[in-house]
Amino acid sequence: MSADHPVVRFLPCGDGAVTVEFGTKIDPALSARVLALDAILDAERPAGFIEAVPTYRSLMVQFDPLAFDYEAFESRVRALVAGLDPAPKPGRRWKVPVMYGGKFGIDLEATAERHGLTPSQLIDKHAAPAYRVYMIGFMPGFTYLGGLDPAIATPRRLDPRPHTPAGIISIGGIQALIGGQAMPSGWHILGQTPVRTFMAGRDPAFLTAAGDEIVFVPTPADRWDALDRAAAAGEPVAELVTP
Amino acid sequence: MTSLTVLAAGPATSIQDAGRFGWQRYGVGPAGAMDRLSLALANAIAGNPPGTGAIEFALAGGRLRVEGGPARVSLAGADCLVKIDGATVAPLSSVTVHDGQTIEVGAARSGMFAYLAVAGGFALKPALGSLSLHHRTGVGGLDGRALRAGDRLLLKLQEPAGQDLALPSSPPAGSGPMRVVLGPQDDYFTPDAIRTLAENPYTVSDQADRMGLRLRGPKLDHGAKGYNIVSDGIPTGAIQVPGNGLPLILLADRQTTGGYPKIATVISWDLPRLVQCRPGTGLRFAIVDRGEAVRIAKAEDAAFRKLIATIRPAGLAGFDSSELLALNLIDGVVDARH
Repeated sequence: MSADHPVVRFLPCGDGAVTVEFGTKIDPALSARVLALDAILDAERPAGFIEAVPTYRSLMVQFDPLAFDYEAFESRVRALVAGLDPAPKPGRRWKVPVMYGGKFGIDLEATAERHGLTPSQLIDKHAAPAYRVYMIGFMPGFTYLGGLDPAIATPRRLDPRPHTPAGIISIGGIQALIGGQAMPSGWHILGQTPVRTFMAGRDPAFLTAAGDEIVFVPTPADRWDALDRAAAAGEPVAELVTP
Repeated sequence: MTSLTVLAAGPATSIQDAGRFGWQRYGVGPAGAMDRLSLALANAIAGNPPGTGAIEFALAGGRLRVEGGPARVSLAGADCLVKIDGATVAPLSSVTVHDGQTIEVGAARSGMFAYLAVAGGFALKPALGSLSLHHRTGVGGLDGRALRAGDRLLLKLQEPAGQDLALPSSPPAGSGPMRVVLGPQDDYFTPDAIRTLAENPYTVSDQADRMGLRLRGPKLDHGAKGYNIVSDGIPTGAIQVPGNGLPLILLADRQTTGGYPKIATVISWDLPRLVQCRPGTGLRFAIVDRGEAVRIAKAEDAAFRKLIATIRPAGLAGFDSSELLALNLIDGVVDARH
């Protein structure tokens, strides 16, 4: 599907939601349109609108079927689509400290070897890009990133690990991830961050949002304890570069 | 302050309200009562707004002691016997329980989820706008966890105002197939898979919890596009089909996004009936279009409102003819859908 001629599909999700799909691929222009539509709906809030969930390439809109004028919504979105800006809006940029390798990144060495790299070369490649947050999904604070160097794209593990700790920095296929909570995972773990993308009771409870940028900062392992304590006390630990 | 102290509770007993909305964009699922109609009914009989936080019992019952003042409680949902200090309470009635008395909620005799509402609600601090516990992530509830013996739940009211209420007749038990709307990814399945879903019986497996119900039955085959999609949003009631072809219906505690195709979505009005199905229950599905699903939602909502409107002070004898008429109308609506 061409990003230059947007065609949306309205995928029914029962009587209480619809997914507005801009395409099927991971693509910054599709993501930009998703977030642009999300912003407009958030401002317009048609009667019966409950919430919208932006993902890589689509926006799921949830509503109360008793109060929502579905036909009017579909017409409105069709009218909006052509005017949605495919250029990603500059978002906030976060510098996220990462402890790579060792007990923090148990798959670093094997992943490096797989790509014919030394661990430090893999770290350089992983920490080089400014990643774009495509979506927060799955479970609280799970931050899905686009912009991984294709040279280090790595198919997911065949045997997912039943338990991985919070804050894992991992890659799966062409995606990169900041884990939000302890969860099972089939991704390759390169490191760990003390940053809590989600912390109930902190203000704000969530640090990252779709459209933000993430830069990983390789950080010595001996700084873990201090940063982890600060993060546990509610400090962001991630540095906001552009507010 | 008046409180309920938990003396015993099953492992998945939790505080649930109408759910947590507005946070799925951060990965926080809605949680909330599995059976929102039973929550609304329990609340109405306690004199509360429909989405007020209540205690959700899952299969197992529990015991609670009222302390510090009287409390008015009511129970709806799965069929559980309620006793106050050993004396059985009439079903679908609220009852005022006094300081020191014990409320015993029996294990469900049928159904899965029951709701114990208390007049005025619980004095708990909402997490992200809701009291509902999301079990796997520890958001909401009491200290982010299920209830257990020793927990003390403070009530908003020192003592309840007004009087005990009752629903004069049981809510109609729905029956018939679970109605679904195809999509969002029905185009990832073969025509045979769509037919299989519509024509074959399925059984609720043992893997059934607040996150979802895994079904046993004929496999649903993916088409040429395979079984991986770029992750997108998951609506409540989505029938997700992973690579093994066995459907999983995603519910209140589901993950917010996922990368498996979703063949269809159970309509909102059939979800309460679905979640009350125990493992081993046979299910059938019927495909309706989106417009029909909305018509069903509107008709059933009107019928439910009429039912709620029949609630009156407990112990009041007799009905007037307009209420009987209203109840007949409800039965008519319910019958019409089979």
